[in-house]
Amino acid sequence: MDLRFGDSKPTDEERAAVDALLGPPESSWEGADRSDADLRWARGGRAARERRDLLLPGLHAVNDRVGWISEGALDYLCRRLTVPPAEAYGVATFYSMFSVKPRPATVLHVCTDLACAGAGAAELCTGAEARLGLGSGVSVERSPCLGLCERAPAALVVRAGAPTEPSLAPSAPTRPVDLGAAPPLPLHRPGRPRPQTPDGLKAATAVVAPATVDTVVLAATAPETAPAEPSAAAAVPQAGHEGLVLLSRVGVVDPASLDDYRAHGGYTALRRAFDLGPAGVIREVTDAGLVGRGGAAFPTGRKWQATASQPDHPHYLVCNADESEPGTFKDRVVMEGDPYALVEAMTIAGYAVGARKGYLYLRGEYPRALARLTHAIGQARARGLLGDDVLGQGYAFDIEVRRGAGAYICGEETALFNSIEGYRGEPRSKPPFPVEKGLFGKPTAENNVETLVNVLPILTRGAEAYAAIGTEKSTGPKLFCVSGSVERPGVYELPFGATLGELLTLAGVRKRLRAVLLGGAAGGFVRPDELDIPLTFEGTREAGTTLGSGVVMAFDDTVPLPRLLLRIAEFFRDESCGQCVPCRVGTVRQEEALHRIAERTGAAAAGDIALLREVGRAMRDASICGLGQTAWNAVESAIDRLGAYE
Amino acid sequence: MTVTPLGIPRRLLEFTLDGEPVRAPEGSTILDACRSAGKDVPTLCQGDTLTPKNACRVCVVEVEGARTLVPACSRKAEAGMEVRTDSERARHSRKVVLELLASSVDLSATPQVAEWIKEYEAKPDRFGPDAARVDEEPRVDNDLYVRDYDKCILCYKCVDACGDQWQNTFAISVSGRGFDARIAVEHDAPLTDSACVYCGNCIEVCPTGALSFKSEFDMRAAGTWDESAQTETTTVCAYCGVGCNLTLHVQDNEIVKVTSPHDNPVTHGNLCIKGRFGYQHVQNRG
Ligand SMILES: Cc1cc2nc3c(=O)[nH]c(=O)nc-3n(C[C@H](O)[C@H](O)[C@H](O)COP(=O)(O)O)c2cc1C
Ligand code: SF4
Ligand code: SF4
Ligand code: SF4
Ligand code: FES
Ligand code: FES
Repeated sequence: MDLRFGDSKPTDEERAAVDALLGPPESSWEGADRSDADLRWARGGRAARERRDLLLPGLHAVNDRVGWISEGALDYLCRRLTVPPAEAYGVATFYSMFSVKPRPATVLHVCTDLACAGAGAAELCTGAEARLGLGSGVSVERSPCLGLCERAPAALVVRAGAPTEPSLAPSAPTRPVDLGAAPPLPLHRPGRPRPQTPDGLKAATAVVAPATVDTVVLAATAPETAPAEPSAAAAVPQAGHEGLVLLSRVGVVDPASLDDYRAHGGYTALRRAFDLGPAGVIREVTDAGLVGRGGAAFPTGRKWQATASQPDHPHYLVCNADESEPGTFKDRVVMEGDPYALVEAMTIAGYAVGARKGYLYLRGEYPRALARLTHAIGQARARGLLGDDVLGQGYAFDIEVRRGAGAYICGEETALFNSIEGYRGEPRSKPPFPVEKGLFGKPTAENNVETLVNVLPILTRGAEAYAAIGTEKSTGPKLFCVSGSVERPGVYELPFGATLGELLTLAGVRKRLRAVLLGGAAGGFVRPDELDIPLTFEGTREAGTTLGSGVVMAFDDTVPLPRLLLRIAEFFRDESCGQCVPCRVGTVRQEEALHRIAERTGAAAAGDIALLREVGRAMRDASICGLGQTAWNAVESAIDRLGAYE
Repeated sequence: MTVTPLGIPRRLLEFTLDGEPVRAPEGSTILDACRSAGKDVPTLCQGDTLTPKNACRVCVVEVEGARTLVPACSRKAEAGMEVRTDSERARHSRKVVLELLASSVDLSATPQVAEWIKEYEAKPDRFGPDAARVDEEPRVDNDLYVRDYDKCILCYKCVDACGDQWQNTFAISVSGRGFDARIAVEHDAPLTDSACVYCGNCIEVCPTGALSFKSEFDMRAAGTWDESAQTETTTVCAYCGVGCNLTLHVQDNEIVKVTSPHDNPVTHGNLCIKGRFGYQHVQNRG
């Protein structure tokens, strides 16, 4: 390829940020000073290009240090990774957490999505903006759901700066990779001034939820002094109750202690897996009737079998922890409260499908989950539970954490592969399916966090006992994310088959319930007189709706429905990757029509509703991926089931 | 015309197309089969020299048993498939897709699209006068070619032609996302500050005229562009020994642009900067 780099040079700080990730450059081909030896060899070919997948970690490294990505920094990163600058520019501009224009070192992301909108996000934004004007060093950005809906309204502060401490996490086995934690301090190269961070600031993040103008302003100006978040168990109203399966350890174990995890039954499932062998594990998972919890409800055993049986190698395991569906926060709570469970479950899944490497793709907005998982993976590796010889069984497996950078579409399974590989997070067309050609073009099993964690009780209790939970077609326990107009929002665990009403009663539904959004923004609304819908895949399907990722968002009659629908439309328009026409333009036309009818009903709205139906039908039929195909679901259900514009 | 290289004969597979049994060589797309059967399926992002990105979705057809419609240009035909190219469902999506496109960008220089709009009774105006459009000024930053993103449908053809499918220069990619996604060079710079080598292969494949010769762009602006008055002569490039074929488009005894035959087995429609743009010397009549 023709690689041409511009004249922009990285600052010392930008260079240091990249070098901390990739190591110092070895030759002038990689951006070091030119030496005589460089004139006599050329660098290129496959080996040079094979590091393309470090592009996203590299962009994070610069963004974490400086707060934005300059031309010089991008060019330097491209030189180090042999990536054409035009492509890297396309990647950098794809993610909402990155900026290619200068901006203040601190970004305050204020959630304006469904639950937070109802809890006063608009006032929070305007209040914070009024107090943090120009010169405050903070940029206030409106954000889609931050996955903290149980503590709405929510905000996240990200301050760029020098890393706070050398990384304690051991680096990945094969090469230096971004494990998300603070990278090691940059090497000081003689002859260069020591890198300086503007104002000597250190990198920091803070999560504020529920937030007030005062608390976000305080956190944005001094994130390191922000009060600690409540423990993960605070999001689990049932914490400590008897009979919990998936949430049994949340709030009970110390999420930082491997010993405590083992004392609470940890790693017995992995031992059983080694007794059963890969085929035996797949048989148990199949017999248990486990179905994916990420929204598409695909049988997990079948996916694993299909991956395991591919002749092409290597195989990969990918854990989808992107969780950017508005209203969803279950995976965060599990990862924060019981991180070793996910590490163990990924090890089992990797063993079953014949993978030696697992990627955990974690959304960029979850600093605490990142810290806990990075720590857990490091501990597991140090204790021989990951690495070349897991539990002395001769099985080699390791996990690499990849941080997303603000793109809901990267939760789509093939977009996620592109994102890891260093391309724009655009979905690929299927077939071929991931089990055949997935990550790096190799057979890949991709599963949701909750799906994977279900494998532990399947192995410890046995398929039969597991399948006895729930209904015949929807087996096992299920996590629900309840938020909105309820007394006790949070993650609830119920066996499949409980009704929507039972769940809402547990969560303390308030009076004058107007509507319930089931399955998130890609799901649909149901009426308060439909609370006997059984929460199973078949039951919701029969009722003409979906369980999706387990979102249950309640709205009482103070919530203006048209505004809610507009927010949903805005979400999809914002998050469309832009690849295909029905979704790229359709989501815009949908939002425009909803704007026109926001204040209208009846005959005045009829024309636009007919238009919405026509566009929605084409989006559902002709879009490449699930985003465009479902972008009209919630609006359609609000029109048909709730009579939104009558 | 697609060039089918001679090779080992491929097995034929059988499936039904609009109720008629058809046979197609293994590996052909539904679109290939449609074209052999003489059926017209509209296409925009498909190009005869490129692997389609299947992004425009005007070619969607109905496949029995599939949850959604499928793009004919890239879905491989399978034995036993039942395909309907002209069902109400497929026609509806094509109509809406054409409306969405025509309401957001300028398709006036896109061949055939006006016929399809008529055939599918698409009404791009029905989204109202305030419907968002790309609405950008043409970027004229060099003497060779012009980027007019107001006409761009994001078919990815130029990206693929400049990237790994032909030129391997990787000077252009897509930036941003959603409705704000745009074809861009690095840092959204002027072309002259980019990695572009001016081979013009992107212009060759652009289906909408979003990328065009500066000569054509200027003549269109002046109202003097007249395709009916042009002759096309295919000849051999005189610069180097590769022997690329050039098609000279001549109006009023002036070369107004140079294309290259796509069925040439050596170049497949691709040229370098000299063959594509270096024609001034033959018409200097000082
Ligand atoms: C636009 C879009 C976003 C998605 N986001 C997520 C997500 O955040 N987490 C997730 O597990 N699955 C998500 N999915 C579903 C995944 O594509 C995939 O089906 C799932 O990860 C498979 O895992 P499972 O079989 O364990 O459910 C998303 C799908 C689409 C179309
Ligand atoms: S449906 Fe939307 S998100 Fe999915 S590929 Fe198409 S444009 Fe991208
Ligand atoms: S500039 Fe032309 S070839 Fe490139 S994406 Fe746009 S329409 Fe397609
Ligand atoms: S177009 Fe370029 S490569 Fe082809 S014959 Fe002419 S000068 Fe040579
Ligand atoms: S965190 Fe605000 S809606 Fe989920
Ligand atoms: S021609 Fe098939 S999707 Fe564009």
